This record gives sequence, C-alpha cells and structure tokens, in this order.
Amino acid sequence: MHPVIKLVAQRLALGLLLLLAASVLIFVGTQILPGDVAQSILGQSATPQSLANLRAELGLDQPALTRYFSWLGGIMQGDLGKALTNGQDIATAMGKRLGNTMFLASVAAVIAVPSAIILGLIAVRYQGRWPDRLISTITLATVSVPEFLLGYIAVYFLSVQLQWFPSLATVYDGMTFGEKLYAISMPVLVLVLVVLGHMMRMTRAAILNVMQSAYVETAELKGLRKFTIIARHAFPNAIAPVVNVVMINLAYLVVGVVVVEVVFVYPGMGQYLVDHVSKRDVPVVQACGLVFAAVYIGLNLVADVVSILANPRLRHPK
Amino acid sequence: MTRIPLSALIGLFFTGLYFFAAIFAGWIAPYGMAEIVGDSWEPMSSAHWLGTDTIGRDLLSRMIFGGQTTIFVAAAATMLSFGMGSILGFFAAVKGGWVDQVLSRLVDLMMSIPSLISALVVLSVLPVSLPVLIIVMGVLDSTRVFRLSRAVAVDITVMDYVEAARLRGEKQLWIIFREILPNALSPLVAEMGLRFIFAVLFISTLSFLGLGVQPPLADWGGIVKENKEGIVYGIPAALIPAFAIATLAISVNLVADWVLNRTTSLKGGRG
Amino acid sequence: MSETLLEVKGLKIEATAYPPGEPPRNITIVEGVSFKVEKGKVLGLIGESGAGKSTIGLSSMAYGRGGVRITGGEVFVNGRDIMKAGPAGLRALRGREVTYVAQSAAAAFNPAKKLMEQVIETTLHHGLMSKADAEARAVSLFARLGLPKPETIGNRYPHQVSGGQLQRVMTAMALCPKPDLVVFDEPTTALDVTTQIEVLAAIKEAIADTGVAALYITHDLAVVAQVADHILVLQGGKMVEYGTTDHIINSPSKAYTKALVSVRSIDHKEKSGGTPVLSVKGITARYRGTKIDVLKNVTVDLPEAQTLAIVGESGSGKSTLARVITGLLPPREGSITFNGRTLAPDFENRTREDLREVQMIYQMADVAMNPRQTVATIIGRPLEFYFGLRGDAKKQRIQELLDEIEMGEGFLDRYPAELSGGQKQRVCIARALAAKPKMIICDEVTSALDPLVADGILKLLLNLQKIENVAYLFITHDLATVRAIADSIAVMYQGRVVRYGSKTDVLSPPFDDYTDLLLSSVPEMELGWLERTLANRKMEAAGN
Repeated sequence: MHPVIKLVAQRLALGLLLLLAASVLIFVGTQILPGDVAQSILGQSATPQSLANLRAELGLDQPALTRYFSWLGGIMQGDLGKALTNGQDIATAMGKRLGNTMFLASVAAVIAVPSAIILGLIAVRYQGRWPDRLISTITLATVSVPEFLLGYIAVYFLSVQLQWFPSLATVYDGMTFGEKLYAISMPVLVLVLVVLGHMMRMTRAAILNVMQSAYVETAELKGLRKFTIIARHAFPNAIAPVVNVVMINLAYLVVGVVVVEVVFVYPGMGQYLVDHVSKRDVPVVQACGLVFAAVYIGLNLVADVVSILANPRLRHPK
Repeated sequence: MTRIPLSALIGLFFTGLYFFAAIFAGWIAPYGMAEIVGDSWEPMSSAHWLGTDTIGRDLLSRMIFGGQTTIFVAAAATMLSFGMGSILGFFAAVKGGWVDQVLSRLVDLMMSIPSLISALVVLSVLPVSLPVLIIVMGVLDSTRVFRLSRAVAVDITVMDYVEAARLRGEKQLWIIFREILPNALSPLVAEMGLRFIFAVLFISTLSFLGLGVQPPLADWGGIVKENKEGIVYGIPAALIPAFAIATLAISVNLVADWVLNRTTSLKGGRG
Repeated sequence: MSETLLEVKGLKIEATAYPPGEPPRNITIVEGVSFKVEKGKVLGLIGESGAGKSTIGLSSMAYGRGGVRITGGEVFVNGRDIMKAGPAGLRALRGREVTYVAQSAAAAFNPAKKLMEQVIETTLHHGLMSKADAEARAVSLFARLGLPKPETIGNRYPHQVSGGQLQRVMTAMALCPKPDLVVFDEPTTALDVTTQIEVLAAIKEAIADTGVAALYITHDLAVVAQVADHILVLQGGKMVEYGTTDHIINSPSKAYTKALVSVRSIDHKEKSGGTPVLSVKGITARYRGTKIDVLKNVTVDLPEAQTLAIVGESGSGKSTLARVITGLLPPREGSITFNGRTLAPDFENRTREDLREVQMIYQMADVAMNPRQTVATIIGRPLEFYFGLRGDAKKQRIQELLDEIEMGEGFLDRYPAELSGGQKQRVCIARALAAKPKMIICDEVTSALDPLVADGILKLLLNLQKIENVAYLFITHDLATVRAIADSIAVMYQGRVVRYGSKTDVLSPPFDDYTDLLLSSVPEMELGWLERTLANRKMEAAGN
C-alpha cells in the first residue's frame, strides 16, 4: 500500500481514538470530581430528599463505568441526553445553535484566512521595512487584548459612537442572507481580528522559512524573476506549513467563538455552553464540550493530513 | 557591556509598575475596594481619576485592587503550570522510553480539548474559588510548558557534551541541573512570560463569563462584566481594563523578547 | 587565441555584522583580489574556511549571500562590467552566461519538483532551446556525467537519488544552458572519497567536452590540482599566491602556500608490538529495534601508547565501533577487554575507574562542550570528579594541562564561543587528558577543521602520546591522516574489518578490492593523478 494512504489512515484512526479519549476526559471531568456533584449543583441549602432525587436522576447511584457507556451509547445514536434545567432534548436544542455557530465561524474564517495569507506575503516581501513593522505592531496589539474586550471596544466605537453596526447580533429564521450578514458583522469583525493576529504572524514565519531555503537561492542564481521564484519554487513548498498554520488558528477560532457569542448575545453553541455552565447543567455541558472537542480534533486532523499529503518524500517514496 | 535596548526598558518599566501596584495595592489605592463614593458612572475627575463604576465605586481603586487579584491569580497559575510542566518535561526528555511515551500521549490528549472548553467543563461542577481557579488554570497550561521544555531538553540531550558527561559517570540529577538546565533557561524564561500573559487573558475571560473571580473580589475581567451595560450608553468604563491588560501583556512580551535575544550573545548560548 | 571570460580587478566585499548590544559594524570579507579566467580554462580558488572563496565565486554573478555586498573593484564578464548591469542585466547573465553548482545539492534542489523540470528550467526561461531540445541535451549530459539510467533519471525527485548522483545532476543543470562560465562551489566536499573521484572525473570530462570556463572552489589542494589550470590561494580574504597549477604545487613561493602543499606530511615512526591495552573480540552489534547488524565480528587490538586507526567511509560502522567500546551500545556478541579486565557491555555497569581510563574526543568541538561553562570549568570537572582535586591544586593542574595543549593562562575564563575551531578542539583534548586515561578514542577529531589547523592538532596529539603514554583509537575517513599518525590500521567496510595490521603491511600491496579502491581514490597532490588513476582502472576493468 502506498505509504501516504497508510499514514493518512493511521492518522484518521488516531483522531477517532483521540475523540474517544476526549469523551472519557470530559465525562471524568464532570462526574468524578471531589465533592458531591449533587451538592455542588443544588448548593448548601438543599434538602437530603432533593439531593437524593437529583442523584437518582443523574444516575449517580450507578457505577461510573456504566454511566459512561450509557452516555456514550446514547451519543452514538444521536441522543445527547436531556438538559437538567428544563428537560429539553439537548440534541434538538443544539442543532439550530450549532448551525448558527458554524455560520459565524465560517464567515469569519472566509475573511480571516485569505487576509492573513496576503498580509503574511506582504510582510515577507517588505521584510524589515515599514509595512512589515506596521503589521507586526498591529497584530501584537490584537493578540494582547482578550476577545471580549476587543468586542466591547468595537461595540463602543463602531456601534455606539459611529452607529454603523448593531451591538447585538440577533439572528432568527426568516432573515435573508444579507440581513444575517449585517447582523453578525460585529462578531465577525472581532473574531477576524482575534484570529488574524496569530495567523498572520505564523504565516509570515512559515513563508519566511521557505524563502530562506537553499533552493530559492538556486532559483535566483538561475536568473528567474522574483515573482516566478515565489510562485514556482516557494509556493508549492509553503502550502503545507501555511495550511498547518491555518488549521491551528481555526482551532483558536473555536474558542474565540464562545466568548464572542456571549458578548454579542448571539444564539449559538458558545452562548448555550456558557449559560449552562453557570447553571451547572452537567448533561448540556458534557454534550457541548464533546462537540467542541470533536471540531477541534477534526481541524487538527485535517492539518496533519494535509502535511502528510504535501510532503514530496511521502508522496513519492524511493 | 551589553546595553538594554529601549523596548526592553519600556517593557521592564511597565511590568515593574504593574507588579508594584499589585503588591502595594492597599497602600496606594485612594479608596477602598468596595467603598461606594459617588453616583453611577461619574466621568473622570480629579477626585476620581477614572470616574466611578456601575454602582458608584471609585474605578481607579477597583482597577488597582483588580490588578492585584488578576496578577496574583495569573502569577500563581503560571508558577504552578511552569513548575509542573518543566519538571515533567525534563523528566520525560531525560528518561525517554515508555515514561516519555506515556507522558507525551497524556499531554496530547489533554491538549486535544481547547483550554477554555476544559475549564468550562470542570468549573461546571467545582466550586469557583481562587485556589480552584489557580489549580485548574495551572494544570491546563502545564501541558504547553511540558511540550516546550521537553522539546528544549531533547535538543540539548542529544548534544555531545551531555553524552560526554554521561560517559564520565555523572549522575542523572547532576546532568539535568548542571548541563541541561543552564542551556534551557532562556527559552524557558521567555515562555514563562508568555504563559503569564496567557494566564492574565484567561482569568479575565473566565471572570467575564462569570466563572472566574467572584464578587466582591475585583478583577479586571469582572470589572468589564460589571460595567458592560454602560457601553451602549457610550460610557467607556468597561474599556479601561482593556488598556491595562494590553499594556501589561505588551510589556511582558517585550521583556520576554529581550531575554530570548540576549542569549545569542557572546556566551553563544542556546538562544 | 583565448579570450578573457571573467576579469576581476581589486575586488572588495563587505558585510554588516550585528554584534549584540553594540551598533552594527562593517567588516571586510575580501580585499584587493584580482584574477582572470580565460575561455576553456579552470581557475581553482583555494583557501581555508573564512578565506572568502565562495563569496568571490558568487561575486562573478554579482550575488551576495545574506547581506554581503561588493563595495569596490570591478567584475567583467565577457567584457561587460556587471556591477553596472542593473537587475534585468543580472537576470540575463545568471543562468545563461554564468551558472552555479552549490556545495550541498540536496538542499539546492526544490524537493517538490522533478529533476528534469529543474535541470532545463533556466534553459527554457532564457529561451535558448525548445523543450524537446533541452531535454535531449539534459539526457546527453546525464550520460556524459556517468549517471545511471540517463533516460529516466530526470523523472525522479531529489530525495529519490543519492548524494553523489544529485551532485552530478546539479552539474548537468549548470551545463545545460551552454554557459560561458561555471562556478563550482566545493562540489565534492560532502562526498565519500570513492564517490568523490567519480564525480571529479565526470566534472573534468564535462568541462573538457563543452569547452566551458570554470571557477573551482575548494579547500582541498589535492583535488584542485586535478582539475585546475591556474590556482589562486586565498587567506583571510586576501590573495596569497596566484599562478599556474604546476607552479603552485611544485614550486610554491609563499610560506602559507608551502604549508598547504605539505599538509599531512608529518613524520612519525611506526611503532609495533607491545601489550594490548584494548582488545576487541568478535563484536557484533545492531541498533535497538533494527534487524541488520551494523558491526559484524570485529576483532582488533590496540597496544599500549600506540595509535590504531579505524578507516572507513560512511556506513562502514567505524563510529558505531566507538559507541560499542564506550558502552553506549551494548553488542549482541563479543567482548571488550581493557587492561586485562573485561568491560561491562553497558557503560552504566562500569566502574568509575573503567570510565576514567577510556576517554573520548568528538568531531564537532562546538557541541562537545557546554556553551555555558568556561574553559576552566570544562577542564576542571574531570579533575574534581575523578581525583577530588579542589582549589589551588585544581587550578594548578588546569594550568599544566593548558600548557600541554599550548594555550596560555588567559583562556581560563573564556567561553567556547569565544574560541577558534582549533582552540576548541584543544580544550576538548585537555578535558580528555585531565582524566589521565590509558586510551582516548578520537572520533573524526580533525574532519571538521581546516587542513592547517588539523595538522596542528595531529602534531599535538602525537606529542601528547609521547608524554602521557596514552593509546589512541583514531577513527577517520581521511587516509592522509592515517598515513601520518597511525601505527596500525583497520579498514572497515559495511560493518566488517576487511584489512587489519601494521601500517606498513596494510598500506602495501597486494590489496583486497575495497582497500584498493579506497587507497586509489584519495587524491594525491600531483598533477595528472586523476588521469592516471582512471586509466589504471580502465585497464583493470578491461583486463578482467
């Protein structure tokens, strides 16, 4: 079998294994911690009866292993359980919200990724000169401020002072695509800024690394034009590291989404998760945690697979 | 003699300033942390340099006490993550074999879930107190420190001078402390700075989400949460922590850069 | 009548150094260099590292690597002043009139593209031939250069081809656009000696065939004597001597040139007999997790206070033998006896005395010393560790050792980064001597050093052997070194000892096939050696 296929298959298997292990970790994180879970949830003033009821409902009277497998089994069948706080089926509640979050994240990604690559190329082309330094300074500022603050700064200047964009990102069915885009313009802006900072620095480093390779010098000594060198020699070798960077930063995006949704009260997964953490709604938290972990693991998986596919030594073995 | 570059000086100055304010908060804050001294959201004045907050407390004092909490929690978490991560990372690198494999796989697993998600999951069942926060943040972040210190240690362990020490008959502890550690210091110290920044951002985010420092204790994230309603009315009170966090983060960044650069100096150290 | 292809007058090249904590400085790399290369002739640029040879070679295309720039003098190619050419003019020149063969072919090729595409790229770019013609020319060059399967090798990727072959492909790439001048930058330095001779022959034939002019850059005078018509000797960026190859090799006038020519002509009386201090018997070893034995049934002896040279090329197992003897790699079979007692296969099971008596010096002195320790600490540690010396007694002994390695007191507080290559290696020698060992394993200790510096180290080692009565296990691939200092020799090939005995015996015929090949592949400092050797080989091949 071609080594590339073998490696990719191995990586996929590893990804699945990781997801499984993550589910264990998440389960463990919520169920088997010091202190009585029921007590933590209901607080100090709970009566023994209500504690007992809650324990029975959470299945705390069963051994942990059984609870884990019944939870896992449920997930495989698409049943994510019921929320503690209102008995709602988690899968249905999540479905719509997941769609919203994906929409927000995709729009942000579509804007951020090309921008980061272009800015990275500009920074390399004018390395050391003012465009490079300017870009570096701005990105240093954006990565030094947490997402929620970037959000409020943006709201303050763009929504309140200039009144260009709405300060709350409310989306609902029946909105046109354009209306939806307008509604989420602020969270998208914030997400883009957050991710752009990290991504741009890393793309710059990756491209610079390739540009300083010996074979780029060889191309220059052959008398090729700068553009030809970049397009024909540097670019094919830069694809893998740049894709890697992009994937890693899309993973950052996943985290940023959570905070941004809270700031702009956007009806997505992040908002859902945070709300239920404060309410200590364990089933919801477990389910959300798993979904986020799956997305994160998936993105990193794609990054690894692209690295494998782009490596000429693996594609064409001796 | 090496001169300290301007950027590092600025970084050192501001970092020092913030830490000084954090340590001596009680003495330098003009008002108490929870003292109500005026109306809601009074603008900046000579009595209240930063104005007042949502329920009339002096914002400057809240910021100073908030800084104390934020910096304290972040520093404690950093020390924990650093201590755990670097010791385990070195251990894994020097021992190699299955110890290394097990630890590395464990760390990979923990890192496969984003830190914020892990923190949220865990905080949904644990009581949200300062020690718990510090431990959770410390353990989650130690994974990154583990990876870095292991990589640095592995790079050094394959050097001939480490082999020469082994062949001499030196004990493992001696090798770690006298051969490996001095060469690993600078990337580790620089990383410590970055971890501290991350901890500051992380605790602020958690507090903002309501899952970090609980009132009446103040911290910068919490101050944003308390004052965020004012934004729609054009009141910038919630943005002031942004300035503080940003300047602290940038200053520490500058110092970390300087530490990283200065070791490619005459000592020819491992930069 | 020959025309002048390349003329360099009063060349001056500078670079900016950025010492940390200080303002940037200009340093002069090359100054006052003038020479001519005529059509069809080869000029050898020879010098030690830092002499500026690569920099001068690249200046023939007005190219400076990493911030290096030409600040004075003139460079004429085909009668044109290329310093005034401007970017378009330089792009027209590069890859067409002047081409470049880099030192490391592996790094110089784009890993993501097939070889043929890269070989004909510049020819197509400058519009010199049609694609079909260019490919045909490439294939004929591949054949001329002795590459296997010239028709199809172009379809391979760089990592699918060996180092020696890649170097030849690179030469084909440089010759494809029918240039006027080819700059060869240390093309055979990274190759094994047996591969080197083939590549050298291929290059020489290609130059003769195509009538191209060439700049041949190397630090090995014996190699350049085979290909060059004229030689320019450089030191520290300045010209030392410039003349015909015959003149330089056979009647050099400057002291530096004379030193370069007489390198490795150390006179050493061969010793023989004596009780073995080290006995290696039947060692078979392999690396953990692999299935192939790297060492097969190796048996050698090292008599007291003598030098056993282990010679071989890459993959011969010579370095692995060192690892087995020091106990880093326990063998599967066989035993090691030292001073009459058996050494435990794993060094962790050896006593401190065992470890003390066997010391090692490494090839790369840069990484053999802890960059954060001073010279005093580096040399002092073995004294503390083995003999419990402290304070003044230790200081005194360190001073004695420094004297023995011919370095003075001022070096006590220096860090390795502040020392030159030769000085670093000397400190490593002192560190080994501090333990008062019975045997020192020298693992390619001079391979990374310039020839003259290496000579100094070898002479030092021989001296120290007389004073301290220490035996050397000298691992090397360089036969000239072996001739200079060995008492007995073991030739290794693919994990086996193919020839073993006293120096005179091993180096006298009749030879086994491999030793024959090895010995005859080492370039001699004589004109015409290459032709003679190749002719001999052809005769032998025809005779079989």
